[in-house]
Amino acid sequence: MISLLSGRVTLALHELRGATNGARPLLHLHGLGLQSPASMPKELEAWTGPVYAIDFTGHGSSTIPRGGGYTPETLIGDVDAAIEHIGSDVTLIGRGLGAYVALLTAGARADAVKGAILCDGPGIGGGGPVPGTPTVVRVDEHAPVPPDPYALAELSKDVRPADYAVDFARLAANANRNPFAIVARARPPWLEAVADEVGAVPTTLADALRTFSRSPGDH
Amino acid sequence: MVGAGVPAETLRLSAMTQTAEQDQVTFPGARAPDRQHWVDVGGLRLRVHEWGDEAGRPLMLAHGGFDFARTYDVFAPLLADAGWRVVSWDHRGHGDSEHAELYSWDADVRDALAVFDATTYEPVPVVAHSKGGNMLLQLCEIAPHRLWRFVNIDGMPSPMRHMEIMGHERTRMMEMAMRDWLTHRRKIADLTRKPGTLDELAKRRGRMNPRLSHEWLRYLVTVGARQDEDGWRWKIDPALRFGGFGPWRHSWSLGTLQAVPVPLLGILGLQHEEMGWGTEPGQLEPFLPPDARVEYFEDAGHFVHIEKPREVADLILDFLS
Repeated sequence: MISLLSGRVTLALHELRGATNGARPLLHLHGLGLQSPASMPKELEAWTGPVYAIDFTGHGSSTIPRGGGYTPETLIGDVDAAIEHIGSDVTLIGRGLGAYVALLTAGARADAVKGAILCDGPGIGGGGPVPGTPTVVRVDEHAPVPPDPYALAELSKDVRPADYAVDFARLAANANRNPFAIVARARPPWLEAVADEVGAVPTTLADALRTFSRSPGDH
Repeated sequence: MVGAGVPAETLRLSAMTQTAEQDQVTFPGARAPDRQHWVDVGGLRLRVHEWGDEAGRPLMLAHGGFDFARTYDVFAPLLADAGWRVVSWDHRGHGDSEHAELYSWDADVRDALAVFDATTYEPVPVVAHSKGGNMLLQLCEIAPHRLWRFVNIDGMPSPMRHMEIMGHERTRMMEMAMRDWLTHRRKIADLTRKPGTLDELAKRRGRMNPRLSHEWLRYLVTVGARQDEDGWRWKIDPALRFGGFGPWRHSWSLGTLQAVPVPLLGILGLQHEEMGWGTEPGQLEPFLPPDARVEYFEDAGHFVHIEKPREVADLILDFLS
């Protein structure tokens, strides 16, 4: 396990498969409440390059902050810290919450992220496209961790407007050709809107891995 | 449960150590809190400051962004001397509260409710400035039964800001904001506030508070900064910064004004400042509930309660009477 700093959080980065000469890296972003796979997942075997996975803040072996304060935007910082370590030309594969964070990061770091494979998983919907009646998150502070109960509560109610998601999709598409492979069957409003954008391709996981793992010379 | 079951450590100010330079700086009417204690929110400690009789009826006083509770050292005693137990707190990362690993709007609102819980479960009057005013506007929706009156000092969403930026311009601005934020975030672990003399810190703050006197800003340094071996440093977390990006829309906040369930008094200084919301007379009223009113001060800015503490306090005390 590699320890990285993401703001004040110590972030766990796991190398699931070591570096291969010239092949692009893949970075796995887990779903809400989960953590990095313990070993190389079988469904990712088709990837030809190195494979990494992070534990988001408050998950797995990463720091549990005091008093919550989670947003998906904060998690962009987690992925950014991992990219700083892995290097550019990375492809993200996100499940659930990780799919949303993959979209945001593909837009925020379009210079370094080649594309993102968006898959189903826990936390894919968030709090919907507009705010509902606000509440204050109360958690059982005695619950065993990880995951941080504040993360579970806050990252399941964050607002994800469709046009906000589209902004990130366009930033990614301005820098990269067809940056999004949409594998997820679920279609929360943010993903429905992204799926309609130029550069979003509905596909299977196997095809997405094959397409994104081609090295630049293969095109 | 947040904020409950945590013993409050009460400290008398007289027991606190003060440096010689702090002792020399005073400001007319400024009075240190009568009591201070901690409230714990999920392991993060918030500093609470109280003025007035401990047996008095509580009044909650919320500060704005990049401020701290001790900026009320003149204003709070005016309310306390009228019989109120004035309770304020430093938001996470501000003043004497602990610096957090994460910051968010919802966390700030949760912190506020934890301070309410540690004070009383009875409905209370609330006086809140700027960001504090906007935060407590959200609390009106979350826990309407906890408020009795609401005084909002230039902390209501501005109809001017309601004009959302659309399309390519929004995408471009967001791209710049994200790039700046990520650059800043990579440095957070090593960031410290720049040290300086007491006068240098006062001058620096003067850039954000151009209408406030140097004497007042010097006083603020002694209560909002700490004296290290190499000079004074503002206590506020260097991880915090202006700007940023996120999904929130001003129009969502504006829509909540009509739902304020208690009598609402808005107070606005009309001299525009960078820290202010830029609201003009008449712009806000169409969005307010029927029993709300707004009082304007022609010759004051965003920090109207610091520029005109007596007048603003009298207005509030009359509203609460």
